[in-house]
Parts: sequence; structure tokens; C-alpha cells
Amino acid sequence: MKQRPAILLFLLAPIAIAATAESPRSGGQLTFALQAEPKTLDGLKAGDENSSLIRYLTGGMLIRLNRHTQQLEPELAISWKTAGAGKSIAFRLREGLSFSNGTPFRASDVCYTFGRLMDPSVDSPFADNFAAGKGKTTCQADGNYGVTLTFPIAINAVERLFDDIPIQSASAAKPESAAMGPFVVTEQQAGVYLILSRNPNYWKRDERGAKLPYLDSLRIEVQRNRDLELMRFRKGELHLVNNLDPESFDRVKSEMPDAARDLGVSIDAEQLWFNQVPSAPLPANKKAWFASREFRQAISLAISREDIVRVVYRGHASPASGIISPANKLWWNSSLKVPATDTAQALEKLRRDGFTFKDGVLKDRTGEPVEFSIITNSGNKSRERIAALIQQDLKAIGIRVTVVPLDFPSLISRITENFNYELCLLGVVISDTDPNGLGSVIESSGAGHAWNPNQKAPATDWEAELDKAMVAQASAADMAKRKAAFDRVQQIIADQAPILYLANRHSLVAAPARLGNFDPSILWPQILWNADHLYLRP
Amino acid sequence: MGAAGANPVTPFRAVCAVVLVLLALAALFAGSLTRHSYDEQMRVIPDAPPSKDFPLGTDELGRDRLARLLYGARVSFALAPVAALLSVALAALLGGWAAFQGGWCERLITGTSNLTLSLPWLFLLMGVRAALPLNTSPAASVSITFALLGVLGWAGPAQVVRSGVASLLASDFVRGARSRGVSKPRILLDLLPNLRPALSAQFWTSVPLFILAEANLGMLGLGVSEPLPSLGNLLHGLESQVAGWDHPFARYWLFAPVLVLTLVLSCLRILFPSEVHQ
Repeated sequence: MKQRPAILLFLLAPIAIAATAESPRSGGQLTFALQAEPKTLDGLKAGDENSSLIRYLTGGMLIRLNRHTQQLEPELAISWKTAGAGKSIAFRLREGLSFSNGTPFRASDVCYTFGRLMDPSVDSPFADNFAAGKGKTTCQADGNYGVTLTFPIAINAVERLFDDIPIQSASAAKPESAAMGPFVVTEQQAGVYLILSRNPNYWKRDERGAKLPYLDSLRIEVQRNRDLELMRFRKGELHLVNNLDPESFDRVKSEMPDAARDLGVSIDAEQLWFNQVPSAPLPANKKAWFASREFRQAISLAISREDIVRVVYRGHASPASGIISPANKLWWNSSLKVPATDTAQALEKLRRDGFTFKDGVLKDRTGEPVEFSIITNSGNKSRERIAALIQQDLKAIGIRVTVVPLDFPSLISRITENFNYELCLLGVVISDTDPNGLGSVIESSGAGHAWNPNQKAPATDWEAELDKAMVAQASAADMAKRKAAFDRVQQIIADQAPILYLANRHSLVAAPARLGNFDPSILWPQILWNADHLYLRP
Repeated sequence: MGAAGANPVTPFRAVCAVVLVLLALAALFAGSLTRHSYDEQMRVIPDAPPSKDFPLGTDELGRDRLARLLYGARVSFALAPVAALLSVALAALLGGWAAFQGGWCERLITGTSNLTLSLPWLFLLMGVRAALPLNTSPAASVSITFALLGVLGWAGPAQVVRSGVASLLASDFVRGARSRGVSKPRILLDLLPNLRPALSAQFWTSVPLFILAEANLGMLGLGVSEPLPSLGNLLHGLESQVAGWDHPFARYWLFAPVLVLTLVLSCLRILFPSEVHQ
């Protein structure tokens, strides 16, 4: 008898929870800001973060990476099967779906999408991930709902790459006019805002059978100034802020403790790289400096990562040891150590490389004083402060640094088109935890190989070794072998220091209590990863 | 400036003159008044409140705010008047010449000034920045910035000068001079003292405009770059303060650049009332 009330309580609990559970409310417009206008609305060309966000919100992918569980989930494909250790992949597609413009979704759309993706004239940043340079990829439709892709080489964990590929309609006039994702671009005022409206043909429903997304539309404003973005957030004009800077985060936290959330170390990093493009319009002596491993390592040793974390990030970051953050527990190479700040050792390395340090000035073997510029994007206070710290750190080893904050389009143009820069300080946003997602960054032929992109053949032995190790990790069937190969990749990058990884930021976000289903992920795009489930309370 | 002599000396005006002289001296001898250089980072005490060592505290990187203010004032108050002088000189030359010559010359100069006023000159500045070598030193960068502002600022004042000269040319004394066969350049030179109030007014209104324009350019990386301070980038640094997070007076010392700018402009207004008023 004594047990009875407890049992009754247990039985009634689900009923009570169901009665009090809140029903998501459909409708409303969610407003937030981006710091720059998306460079393109064509998801296959979206390489920058802002364009990628539009792709994420509008694109329908065959397979999605669940940002919360970090597991792959079926989306437009209900099942898939790889063969030949990743040489091909066969999909069974979801039936009865339509693009936002009403045209039916078929296997031919998948083949059309991959035809565009591998088309050199499209110059997609994702083509390299599918071994575009190694041969031809074929797409074979099997009826309307079956499709098989065959790649020139075996690509391990190839299924993870499909999270970046939005399926486009073969019959749409423009790629962005027909979407399979929760939203579709319906209005754009260049440089001011974009409106993404609910895709009326979005196929997903919530657990109660209600249509998704809950929101009618997203208003994405271009707001370069983050202080103004914060001010508007406080006034309630913006509903969320992703990637808060630490100063603003502390302020939001003190004023609205429930709105601000530190999600811990992210997989993103702040990085500084040396321009090693052979055709770059730089003096020969500077090219020689940047091509010298000793020189790059000396710069790395002279920079205080601890000060960057403490002064710039107010503790909301960790000093970085390499390309992979400790937050990526599966792939992080734990044997890599954060380079300790050591000015004496830096000078010793420079001396061994033929540099001389006298009267506070470092000179190269031709007697030329060592000075260079660091470009970064203007308006990002944290980055401008990091640049100022580096400026003083390098002054200690006799290097004069000029910091040049540039507007984002100018900066992108310099680092991807004319290569008229010396060093660049920028953040890297990683949306996938798997190494295959970094193919474009690590492989010498990749467009994202920041220090010397799109190489026809590896320019150095160590880049050739990087390519080899990436192929090894991508084609190894055994997880331990993949890990060993990718550990080697991380070790080479740490040893050669083409990119100096400075700090892994914490993921800092803010949203008011009225944002329903607020469940941010440590992975990009943090708050917006479940945009189709977000709703606004009255 | 000469008009100051025409204004009576009052105690209030004397105080203003003293304030300006003291500020000028402080900016000039900044190195002797502060214990730290404007670019020295004391990273163990970032964002510190005022203390005996740091009367205005330290900034986010631990740099002495007082040193940065004094050096910044030196940069801005030295270069903004130079830029204003350049724009007024160009305006006097082109506006005066347009009115004096009339005909196609006047139409050409007026048309060019209208075009200059309507063009988004910001893009020109961005183009110039793109063309500048990235290693341009902060000192060269700030000089080029102010020189560009000066060159681009001629159009508005030129229209004022043109209409001023046109009305003077219709006056009896100019007609008399012409009838006596006085040469054109000579007449133009004789007109200059009569244009002084208008030119003065343009000069004094341009100075604060150029200081603020430099602050805006800093947002695009076109202004004064790190670590050199200027009133412009110090004001820019206040943006987060005016975003309304803190009580306006909670960190009062941060507003010293605003105070200095306001003080200087107010004192100039009081010392040269006729010029500024015009």
C-alpha cells in the first residue's frame, strides 16, 4: 500500500508534463544581423561564412550533420550505401517532395547539382572535397528516386561531405529561386537586408505533425558594426546574436544572465598566415622570409597566445595548439603543445636563418630591415586588438608591423584574387568535425589552402606529404589508421607553421527568453542550427 | 584669425585663450607630461580605472589613456587645420576664379563642384587606400588621409566663395577699379580681404568636420592606424560606451576625448565668434 502513491505519481508524471509542455507557436519574423553581405546566394559557390549561412537556411541536403549529436541524419536521402571504401555512394531519395517553386524533386536534380559542383567554371569551393582534380565524377540516376555517384578515387567518410551540398533544381532559372530547405530567399536589398520566407513546400514536420518551420520569415540585416548590433539586441530589435565578442558577452551576462550563454571551447580558431603565393606582388626578400620555416616558427614563438586569451578574450578562449581544437575530441592531436612564448629562442632561430638583431632592429641577410603588414577585417574589435598585441610582441624581436584593417570585400579580394598582402589575421569557422571537411584547407590544390591556394602540384615537400597524409586518412578503412594519418597532418602543420593558430574562441551566444527551442550548438551556426524549430513567444 | 583683434578682450575670452594655449602645450609636450608612451602595452592592467599613475586609466590593451589622448590631440589638432587650410585655399582659388572669369570657366568649376558634392567620395578614399602600399607607416597614412580630406573638401566652400566674389564684383568700387584699367589679378588680390570672414567661417567649420571624418574613415581602415592615436580613433573607441550599456557617467574618464574636442571647438567659437557664426 505504501508503494501506491509513488506508482501513481510515476504514472501521472507524463500526463502532467504533457499538460504543461509548451506548444511551439507558428508565425512571426526572426530578425538578426550579419557583419557583411553574403557574397553569393548560390549555395554551391558559398565559401564565406555569411553565404554559407544562407546556404544552411535555404539548402536541402541529401544528408545532414546534426549539430547537436554530431551524427549524420537522413534528409532528402532516406538511405545511402557506400561501396569501394568510398569510391561510390548510392542514395535512395525521399519521394513526393517539391522545391519551393513547386517543381518536383527527382534524381535528375541530384545529378544536375553534382554536374554543376564539378564544373570548373562554377569554381565551387567544395569540388576539391570530392576529388575534382583527380578525374571525373559520374552521376547515374536509377529511376526518379535512386542515384549513384562514383568518384575518381575512394573518399573515406564521403557521406559527411554532403552536409555542404544543397540540391538545386535542374529547371530553376537561378539556383537560389528554388529551395529544398526550410526557407527561401524572397527579397534582397543589396548591402541592407535579406528576407528569407518560409518554404511552403518544406517537407519536415514536428513530432506532433505540425508543419515546419514555425517562423514565417527571417530578416537578416547587414550590420557591420557589432556595437550597434548589440545595442539593437538590447532594445529587442534583433532576436539573437551569434559569436559574441567577450566584452559584449560579459555585459550581456551581467545585464541579462539568462540570455547569454558560454558554450565552452569551440572548434573555431583565430589564425595568422603568411602569404606564400609565388605570383604574389611582393618583394623577393619578403617572399623568402615567408617561405622560411625558421622565420615562421620564430614569429610563432614571439607571439604571446596567453596574453591574447587573457587580454583580448577576457578568458573566454584557450591558446591554440593547432588546426584542430581540443573541442573536437575525436580528431584533436593531444601530443601537440601550445607554443610557449620565448623571445630569446625566436631570435636564436632568426639568427640561424641569417637574420641579425641590432639596436632593436631585425635585418635579413641582405641588410634589409624586417617589416611587414598584417591585414585583418575592420570592425572586429577582438581581431584588431590581437593585431595590436602581435605588433608589440614582434617589436621585441625588432620587426616593425603595420596593422591594416580592411573592409571585408577588399580583404577577401586580396587573399583570394590578387594576393596583394603579406600576413593575414582572420578566424576560421569549421562546420564539420571530420577531417574530410578540411580537404580544401589542407590539400595543396584546395581553394581554402590559405597560404598558397589552388596549386597544380605541391610547391614544397611538406605540402606533398600533407596531401599524401590527407589521402591516407580519407581512404583508410580503419579508424585508428585514419586518426594516425590525420595526427600526422596536424603535426606537419604545427612543425611547418604556414598558419599560426593563436586561440580557440569560446562559443558565446545570446538570445532572449522569448526565443523558443533555443538550444545552441557548439558547432556553427550555433543558435541557428535548428532554425526550422525556432519560434517566437508572444 | 585677425578678426580676434577686432573683438573686445573679456575675462571669459581670456580664459578660453589660456585653455587653448594650455591644451596646445600639453599636446606639444605630451612626452614630458606622461610616464608612458602612447603605444606601451601594460598587459597586466588592461581597462584600469584612473589612478595616480594613470590619471585617465588604461585602455583595453593596458595603454595609458592620458598619453594616447595627448598624442591623439596633437595629431588631430595639427592636421585637421592643415586639411581645412588646404580646402579653403583651393576653394578661394577656384571659387574666386570662377566668379571672376564667368562664362564657360564658371560653368565648368560650378559643375565640377556640384559633381564633387554629389559623388560618393568615400569610394575614392577606399580606392586610394587600396592603391596605397600596405606598409605605409601610420604617420604617412594619417597625413595622406587628412590631405585627401582637404582636397576633397573644396567644393562646398568654393560655391560660397564664388557667390561672395560675384556680389563683390557687382559693387561700385570694383566697377571703378575696372574703369581705371586695374588688372584682373590685382582686383582679385584686393578682393581677398573682403572674403576673409567667409573663408574664415569655412575654415573653422571644416576643422571639426575633418576630425570627425577621420574618425569615420578609421572604421574602414582608411584613417589613423594602430598604434598611433588620433581624436578620431579615440572617439571611435567610445562607440561601445555610447551603445548604452553603462550608466552614462559610470566610466566618466572615458569621455575625456569628447571633453577635449568640445572644449577646443567651444573656445574657438568664443574667440572667433564672427568667423564661426558666418
